[in-house]
Amino acid sequence: MSKISGAVEIDTQRCKGCLLCVEACPKNVLEPAKNKVNARGYGYVLAVREEECIGCASCGIVCPDGCITVYRLKE
Amino acid sequence: MNREEIIERGEIVYRKPTLMNDQHMHYCPGCSHGVVHKLVVEVIEEMGLAEKSIGVCPVGCAVFLYNYLDIDVQEAAHGRAPAVATAIKRLWPDRLVFTYQGDGDLACIGTAETIHALNRGESITVIFINNAIYGMTGGQMAPTTLEGMKTSTCPYGRTPELHGFPLHITEIAATLQGTAYVTRQSVHTVAAIRKAKKAIRHAFENSMQGKGSNLVEIVSTCSSGWKMSPVKANQWMEEHMFAYYPLGDLKDVDQSVFHADK
Ligand SMILES: Cc1ncc(C[n+]2csc(CCOP(=O)(O)OP(=O)(O)O)c2C)c(N)n1
Repeated sequence: MSKISGAVEIDTQRCKGCLLCVEACPKNVLEPAKNKVNARGYGYVLAVREEECIGCASCGIVCPDGCITVYRLKE
Repeated sequence: MNREEIIERGEIVYRKPTLMNDQHMHYCPGCSHGVVHKLVVEVIEEMGLAEKSIGVCPVGCAVFLYNYLDIDVQEAAHGRAPAVATAIKRLWPDRLVFTYQGDGDLACIGTAETIHALNRGESITVIFINNAIYGMTGGQMAPTTLEGMKTSTCPYGRTPELHGFPLHITEIAATLQGTAYVTRQSVHTVAAIRKAKKAIRHAFENSMQGKGSNLVEIVSTCSSGWKMSPVKANQWMEEHMFAYYPLGDLKDVDQSVFHADK
């Protein structure tokens, strides 16, 4: 059986913290960064439980600002 | 294997479309415009039409689309995009020509241009972002505003006695002989986004094959104008907008070969 694992990279400078990705993630990987804003004053999202990521790309697909790159590994 | 190693391997399954540049978009957090922008250029890239696409953007929040997408874009006066697109397509028939219009633009000031261009069967695609209000100017009532919905110009809610009924442009378009493909989609979930992308692709293919005019309505959110969080706006849209504007294909000249729903 192949185990799938994934990773997400978030462009936190581009992120506006809309949280649609947090809602879309089936594995609860993403969370808003606590008490932090980016250079443009927006709160942003971080991958806090990255070991849970399965690389399904749901977060990237729903992101309106194209901030998320998703990697998936089959091993 | 840890995160760094997975990224190192570089097996990317999703990234910002290459035709979307690094310019920060001016849209409010969670705006549906961003998702639709991505779909439009993903389809253009997949069809190999990056050098052959011309978008026409009238007034509305998406007037700045040309800043973010690396394709040719022509500005148009409020509501007049389908007339401008008609001219471009007739003079340059081998181009993919589409308009990108809001509901204030398409269903109000530009109703005549839109309906006539669709009825003439111009080989263009109209992408219609229906967020039920005028987004850019501060959330005023549009012809598409729902009954009872509060906006800055109907603070007690829209009443049909005073303001008339919500206008269903897409249903009207489906009755016109010139249209090839008329559909209503949304971009609030991954499944809906996939369907919307298929619909845009089908519309663009029709445009290139000269089958007639195509209308892709995207029922959208405007969280700033609706004064809700983006997540709440998506829920509100599901609960209220879809009852007035049900999703699905309304017309397809080649029914037998395509369904966005399947
Ligand atoms: C001829 C003309 N009339 C009015 C305006 C003011 N105006 C700017 S944006 C806009 C509303 C656009 O709303 P919509 O088409 O729904 O797009 P959205 O901003 O919601 O994406 C209006 C009325 C204008 N720029 N030009």
